Amino acid sequence: MDLSAISPTLLVASLMVAATPILLAAIGELVVEKSGVLNLGVEGMMIMGAISGFAAAVLTGSPMVGFLCAALGGAALSIIFAILTQYFLSNQVATGLALTLFGLGLSAMLGQSYVGIKPPVSAKLELPLISDIPVMGPILFSHDFTVYAALTLVAGVWWFLKYTRGGLILRAVGESHDAAHALGYKVVRVRILAIMFGGACAGLGGAALSLVRVPQWTEGMTAGSGWIALAIVVFASWKPARVLLGAYLFGGVAVLQLNLQAAGVSIPVEYLSMSPYLITIIVLVVMSANRSKLVLNAPAALGRVFHASR
Amino acid sequence: MLRLEKRPNPSKMWGYLAPVLAVIATMIGGGVMFALLGKDPFEAIRTIFYDPLFSEFAWYYRPQLLIKGAPLILIAIGLSMGFRAGIWNIGAEGQYIIGAICGAGAALAVYPFDSALIFPVMILCGAIGGFAWAMIPAILKTKFGTNEILVSLMLVYVAEQLLASMSLGLMKNPEGFGFPGSRNLQQYASAHNAELWAGSGIHLGVVFALIAVIFSYIMLARHQMGFHIRLTGESPKAAKFAGVNPNKLVIYCLGFSGALAGLAGMFEVAGPSGQISIDFNVGYGFTAIIVAFLGRLNPFGIMLAGLLMALTYIGGEIAQSSLGLPSAAIQAFQGMLLFFILALDMLTNFKIKLVNAEVRT
Repeated sequence: MDLSAISPTLLVASLMVAATPILLAAIGELVVEKSGVLNLGVEGMMIMGAISGFAAAVLTGSPMVGFLCAALGGAALSIIFAILTQYFLSNQVATGLALTLFGLGLSAMLGQSYVGIKPPVSAKLELPLISDIPVMGPILFSHDFTVYAALTLVAGVWWFLKYTRGGLILRAVGESHDAAHALGYKVVRVRILAIMFGGACAGLGGAALSLVRVPQWTEGMTAGSGWIALAIVVFASWKPARVLLGAYLFGGVAVLQLNLQAAGVSIPVEYLSMSPYLITIIVLVVMSANRSKLVLNAPAALGRVFHASR
Repeated sequence: MLRLEKRPNPSKMWGYLAPVLAVIATMIGGGVMFALLGKDPFEAIRTIFYDPLFSEFAWYYRPQLLIKGAPLILIAIGLSMGFRAGIWNIGAEGQYIIGAICGAGAALAVYPFDSALIFPVMILCGAIGGFAWAMIPAILKTKFGTNEILVSLMLVYVAEQLLASMSLGLMKNPEGFGFPGSRNLQQYASAHNAELWAGSGIHLGVVFALIAVIFSYIMLARHQMGFHIRLTGESPKAAKFAGVNPNKLVIYCLGFSGALAGLAGMFEVAGPSGQISIDFNVGYGFTAIIVAFLGRLNPFGIMLAGLLMALTYIGGEIAQSSLGLPSAAIQAFQGMLLFFILALDMLTNFKIKLVNAEVRT
């Protein structure tokens, strides 16, 4: 065992990369939940994004086209969820599960011929001089553009929810769909747009996994990232800045456990691999222990079916 | 313009019709999907739904129907209880794995000792293993209000890692030439979950599945617990006034489904599968969610749905070898089925009315 082989600088730099897929999916889901919809299909949309992005990038040779197609793939799958829950008034929990099961199956089917291929490398930010600054350089200025895109997205969502009229309407729909409906806002339309945004973000997250982090396509490669993203939204009490904190925390755990595996710690690999999931559970418990606060932060209409009877 | 109008009571007729329509719609949707894959859709659908039952080799596939259907039905019966009350255990896959590890562990611990008591102890250990694994989300939910959906699901990944660790470490067959996986319980008479009649496919797990169906039917129809579950699902407010203890309900529903999933895992590892190995679990715990909804959370409906889903598994395998249909296509097909059930379920609760666009009130 050689713990000194783990460099803190590289650790922080790689945790930012590791956290990006979860961060993208979680910030999308935050918007969906803020509109009062609980979409448990994040895992399914992520993996659809992973394969559609991967396939598009391999076929065109351009990672940018890949990311675009990943967002489209995730959004396309989320439209199924939107139609079922908003027009067919189906149970959101069950429909979300269906989305995950379907997405996992469909992605495995589409991805058959892509196993073992290397995707085109996506561009890295390489600023002369700045990227070479010790410690700060590798941490802040030498990442893949997805890392910065995700951070921009988080800031954008925060600004949108807090300072724009659209954000206010979205939050109103999520707090009380009946009141929003009475005020003349199109509850269903707002929610469908939110769901599609969530799907696109989850798709981007999937592509960040298959094109940047791994980068490869394997069946079921998201391995619960979508569910961890859902947990992070709860952890963050539906606040964008805390989603960032949560995602980097989990990215840190994931990277640290991989580093410990590589350093040959005497804990068996399987038990180290469990750690991100176990820590998710512990964090959820700590967050939910203060029940009244959690209820206060959660969108009041979360998961409730909206049916305008008049 | 179409408008939905809530029915005063759920329609009985649509309750029966919706799942049938969903299956037909899935056949059409699946056919389109298979056509896009470049396969003849009619042949694919026939291979999946007809060949396992009536083809030349049906004598081989029919028993498979029970072998694959039993775990699905056992798990789905347990899940349906919670789903009725709005308690979402979606980690049945993990409880299934832990049940198998505990059941097989009990047998491997005393290998090669022979006794008639070993198998009953294994059954008990399997049920307790699944129960205990489900108690983690249950207790966290009742003590801290933690979301049981996320916790039970996270525990699936933990259980999968534990399974890998067991088959590579503690339970690895010492005479297995270094290959991962435990001893084969099929070759250990006291622990083997053999078919009761050779070639029939009926092992003890099938019998347990049948008992679970009848038990849960009686409980839902006649027992107070069943009444509380139904009441909580249909009207949480009324349940509160009736003095239903929600915590007790959570413990009961999660514990019951965990124990049944554990039993399913134990019967699988001691019988059809035979050994603890890394790829022991094949997703029964997740497919059972589809089974529960296709059966409309009704015990006898679940029995039929479980058999139908087993049919798609077997038919899918045949289509894989004879038509070259990818194995994942069946998974997507099953997911599609759940979409159609959920969509058509609307018809039981709502009437579709044609209204004139101008006279909107």
